[in-house]
Amino acid sequence: MVNTVQPSTGLPLKADVKDLDFFYGTHQVLKKVSLPVADKKVTALIGPSGCGKTTLLRCFNRMHDLYPGNRYGGEIRLQPDNVNILDPKVDPIEVRMRISMVFQKPNPFPKTIFENVAYGLRVRGGLKKSVVAQKVEEALRGAALWDEVKDRLHSLGANLSGGQQQRLCIARALVTDPEMVLFDEPTSALDPIATSKVEDLVEVLKEKVTILIVTHNMQQAARVSDFTGFMYIGDLVEFDVTDKIFTNPSNKLTEDYITGRFG
Amino acid sequence: MTEERHFDQELHGLEMKVLEMGDWAKQMINLSIKALVERDEALTRKVFDMENSVNHLHMTIDDTAIKLIARHQPMAVDLRFLAAAMKVNTDLERIADMTVNACQTGYYHLFKEPPVEQISMISHMAEVAQEMVHDSLEAFSKRSVTLAKRVMEKEEEEDRLKAQALADLLTLIKKDPPRSEVFVELILLSRNMERIGDHATNIAEDVVFMVLGQDIRHPGNTFTPL
Amino acid sequence: MNDITLKKDIARRKRFDLIFKWVGVLATLVGIVTLMTLLVDLSVDGMGKISWSFFTSFPSRFPEKAGILSSWVGTTLVMLVTALVAVPLGVASGVYLEEYARKNWVTTLIEINIANLAGVPSIVYGLMALGLFVYKFHFGLSVLTAGLTLSLLILPVVIIATREAIRTIPMSLREAAYAAGATQWQMILHHILPYSLGGILTGVIIGLSRAIGESAPLITIGALTFIAFLPPAPVTGSFPFINFDWLSSPYSVLPIQLFNWVSRPKKEFHLIAAAAGLVLMGMTLLMNGLAIWIRYHYRRKIKW
Repeated sequence: MVNTVQPSTGLPLKADVKDLDFFYGTHQVLKKVSLPVADKKVTALIGPSGCGKTTLLRCFNRMHDLYPGNRYGGEIRLQPDNVNILDPKVDPIEVRMRISMVFQKPNPFPKTIFENVAYGLRVRGGLKKSVVAQKVEEALRGAALWDEVKDRLHSLGANLSGGQQQRLCIARALVTDPEMVLFDEPTSALDPIATSKVEDLVEVLKEKVTILIVTHNMQQAARVSDFTGFMYIGDLVEFDVTDKIFTNPSNKLTEDYITGRFG
Repeated sequence: MTEERHFDQELHGLEMKVLEMGDWAKQMINLSIKALVERDEALTRKVFDMENSVNHLHMTIDDTAIKLIARHQPMAVDLRFLAAAMKVNTDLERIADMTVNACQTGYYHLFKEPPVEQISMISHMAEVAQEMVHDSLEAFSKRSVTLAKRVMEKEEEEDRLKAQALADLLTLIKKDPPRSEVFVELILLSRNMERIGDHATNIAEDVVFMVLGQDIRHPGNTFTPL
Repeated sequence: MNDITLKKDIARRKRFDLIFKWVGVLATLVGIVTLMTLLVDLSVDGMGKISWSFFTSFPSRFPEKAGILSSWVGTTLVMLVTALVAVPLGVASGVYLEEYARKNWVTTLIEINIANLAGVPSIVYGLMALGLFVYKFHFGLSVLTAGLTLSLLILPVVIIATREAIRTIPMSLREAAYAAGATQWQMILHHILPYSLGGILTGVIIGLSRAIGESAPLITIGALTFIAFLPPAPVTGSFPFINFDWLSSPYSVLPIQLFNWVSRPKKEFHLIAAAAGLVLMGMTLLMNGLAIWIRYHYRRKIKW
């Protein structure tokens, strides 16, 4: 981080990022990033393209493990057990069972709505059909989609509109009762009304899960998040309460970015 | 990296309007004092006319600011500037109002009476007020906290002058009851001048908010933003 | 550009449009007309010979009594073995190469080899099979040998079709599966295979419809041209109800039977050869039609 002060929120943490480095081959994408992720709050990451915010997000569920040539440095400690989820000895599948993800472009499986939501439970196995059905309904309610699809759970997910598909993906992410949900620019492919529905959803969801959201839309970060981190070329430039970042940021670079003078 | 956006030009345009209104206000203070001292009816009528221009700017500035906020969703320093511009707008309109009130006091009452020497107290207060308005607008234009602080120091002097004027005029009322109406008019004028000073202080406080993001309006109050 | 020049320019470009459209139509017609001519030619000669007894009689020295019973049964059994061997091997190889193998020079070498194998002349497969299956492994001149040979022949087609089908699956779906906590095998079983099934099946059927018409390699490995008995039935009335004797049985296939009849001097044999040809074409067209239907069916269900 650019200043030497360790940012803090004064609140209980769900995750603590400590001196996180990330290398793609020999190219260093993240430079000693440290930031707190407060429990049951929404933390947003903003910054111009290439600043590393999506890279940082994808460290949380070890997505980078899927591709060769990636290397992590530093730690991300998940609470309450204080385990470093970047440790090679920690199984990425375990991490993904605690932390789920919603992607930029809605990517429902080419399966029925029910199968889509139930998938997270299916890979774990061992649940009775009635339990699965109940959890699917809970998840769809949690994603504000139940009323729209309850009569067609066995039709294809791909037949839903873009906004509905994204809420389907959110339900899919919720069905396993995750501790944290990662949102990777979740509304950039959606129209304004669908966007607004997803943002309202985030407001409600944060009561139950911790949320980390990457967005290139600053107004969205201002609308939905409690804390905001501004990143620039792999550094965390500033991290603070959202209100402060958007009314009176401490760093000139932050101010130039959020007033639209660059980026 | 930092380039002039269309929005910057629009912000600059709004700032020019605020400063223009400030010029009108300063001019109206100037002329109203001259009118009162020289007992010039034509000049007071001029001040009454000038109020129209000020009122027009009053509405234009608020309207422009609202539209800029709606269209651009400004953040940080831009947002604070627009909030400050709207507040300064209000203070300047009130200042113009005060000068008009003063002129009305002259036109309808004082000029019908024989001249009275204590008008000099008022013109002194007016000078201080005028300096305060000038400095506060400079602070606004130059984004200077130092100049803003200077305005707030002068407020003390203005308060002192007002207290002095009030005491003196009350004494005069007791000594010379038949002329008390005139003295009461002068007390009202001193109130006008003090109020102009107050509004200048408000402008200075808005400048500090605009530049530093700090709200210094009520020291000692326990309000803390998140 | 003024109005008139503009109009002339557009008219000129539209002319090219029209010309190319007609070139396309003609090219397509060439293929269709050829196919039609072939079918009509065969039908004229052979349609009259198609009958129930044609399908249920063994070949004979007398053309009036000759039928294709042994050859179409033989074709069916050989195709069965071919499919049962080629599909698992081909799909597994395709999945391994796409999902597990690391992209280095070794896999590139394998890729090149597979692509080359698809172009090897089928008679070469026959020679290899003769040395390997017949002499080395002693499988004999049997249905098993034929099935194995043809499965090797179409294996590259199945592998390539599998890989192509898997490649169309976007990364975002895989990431979504992993993000939900799936292991690699779960991702393959639940997502990769179901979504690529359409492409895989299409490839398999195209391979089989090539194999069904092969005669050269089968002649090399001893397919009979005259056979008056059927291989033993795979299902029997007594325990253990399934036997595999039919695998080691001698056999014949349709293209070979056809070839045999055509080479005889008597004209009647040519007529029944045409009939056999019609049956073969019918089977081929049926299989291709099935492939098209599968592709259509899966395209509607699998959307991303």
